[in-house]
Amino acid sequence: MIYLDYNATTPVHFDVLAAMQDCFETQFGNPSSFYRIGREAKQKLHEARVKIASAIGADPLEIYFTSGGTESDNLALRGMAKALQGRGRHLITTAVEHHAVLNTCRDLEKEGFAVTYLPVDSNGRVDPETLAGEITSETILISVMYANNETGVIQPLADIGRIARERDIAFHTDAVQAAGKIPIDVSAIRADLLSVTGHKLYGPKGAGALYVRKGIAPRAILTGGRHEQDLRAGTENVPGIVGLGEAFARFAANPGPEAQRLGQLRDRLEEGLTQNIPNVCINGCRAPRISNTANVVFPSVDGESILLHLDLKGIYASSGSACATGSPEPSHVLKAMGLAPRAAQGSIRFSLGNATTAEEIDQTIETVAETVDRLRRISSI
Amino acid sequence: MGKKDNKPMAEEIPSADLEDVSGPVIFYNDLVIDHFTNPRNVGDMAEGDYDGYALIGDPVCGDQMKLWIRVRENRISEIRFKSYGCPGAIATSSMTTVLAQDKTIEEAKRITDDDVVEAFAGIPDHKKHCSMMGVNALLAAIRDFEQKQEPSAE
Repeated sequence: MIYLDYNATTPVHFDVLAAMQDCFETQFGNPSSFYRIGREAKQKLHEARVKIASAIGADPLEIYFTSGGTESDNLALRGMAKALQGRGRHLITTAVEHHAVLNTCRDLEKEGFAVTYLPVDSNGRVDPETLAGEITSETILISVMYANNETGVIQPLADIGRIARERDIAFHTDAVQAAGKIPIDVSAIRADLLSVTGHKLYGPKGAGALYVRKGIAPRAILTGGRHEQDLRAGTENVPGIVGLGEAFARFAANPGPEAQRLGQLRDRLEEGLTQNIPNVCINGCRAPRISNTANVVFPSVDGESILLHLDLKGIYASSGSACATGSPEPSHVLKAMGLAPRAAQGSIRFSLGNATTAEEIDQTIETVAETVDRLRRISSI
Repeated sequence: MGKKDNKPMAEEIPSADLEDVSGPVIFYNDLVIDHFTNPRNVGDMAEGDYDGYALIGDPVCGDQMKLWIRVRENRISEIRFKSYGCPGAIATSSMTTVLAQDKTIEEAKRITDDDVVEAFAGIPDHKKHCSMMGVNALLAAIRDFEQKQEPSAE
């Protein structure tokens, strides 16, 4: 098996699993309980908070645990909209966000908020000046993702953060795909809110966090007990959070060396595909990208057909769109970058991770070349 | 609260398909996979070499298919196709040509997308629309053939 879909999810690292296992077995208490095993569980939460905070340059009190990236994004957007609706009802985001942000914005529109979806250039980047031009006196939140899940393209967050801070507008970034792949420093990008999750960096699914800068006060969207400084009710997923903390300490604090290794393998993959298959292009290749992601267009063949051939040979990658319902939506990200629907439909994302080897990359190049050749012989276009 | 009859709750809840709840588990049976990996009758026919031709696009999903037929003694003696599309589109295109091969024109016109699905002993629900394209291409190629047979009206 060759797994090249690390942007979808990662396996849980052995050491992360061991820490979680220990927590399941010995710190099973409710962190809200007074007695010893409750306090021990609470101690585990503290430790995880410190690990995540120190990996992203935050204070532990600025870390709020959630069930994952989607909830973190919802809390940031809905929580800020709720808190600041008296001040204004306008949000700015981008056309290439993850659906956790996009569909939350669409829902907020139904509730009477106005949302500007910024376009991107052909490399998938937002122009900070365009963003600045969209700010009105009603604008209460800017939400721009750190790195795109489909293309790996990194947004100019330092510039966007500076503009937001100058104009005194809260700035959220979905850093789900960035954590573990590039160093994150919340003060360098001047983020007020930042979403992360565990399962993209060898941690468990179902555990995530939202960084909320001191002085920023979103309102809770889940109400109940007084957990997480009254921002997120619900008994904490202690083993999941322990795994999240372990994953951040291990993979987010110093991602450099592994990112460099993956970058070399990714370049090898892109060069191999470009050299062995006629008429291939790489989406976002002229923009800064996280080093593990390659999004490749194979014109005149359908992505799902490529994926099934690869699947049958034990190679797992993903496509931006699937003809699953009879009305497939080509990837909104590639569409926003100006790709024709058919090109978007012929795009495959390969995302590399810590088990990826040069041999696997070479085998993938060979298999993809065979597959595309085969499908092009059948193709009517 | 209004007065309720004694029906148990469970009966009031329409039974949901597991696929509706968890999303479709896309998978094809071995025969579909076989037609996808080894499609039958792939190819094209040169101008003058065929008696009917059609180019059909599926406006819904952007799939596209070209189909050629050669007709001898009112039978489809040769059939070739090329398809751009998902695995379902490729496999059903292939199966359509298998069903049409050697059929008389009248028999071929009666082939439906249900016949294609049946020949596979089923394809995933959300992929059934793919089978329309092959059948539509076949019917269009037959129409092309028939139009060429008619002496021109003017």
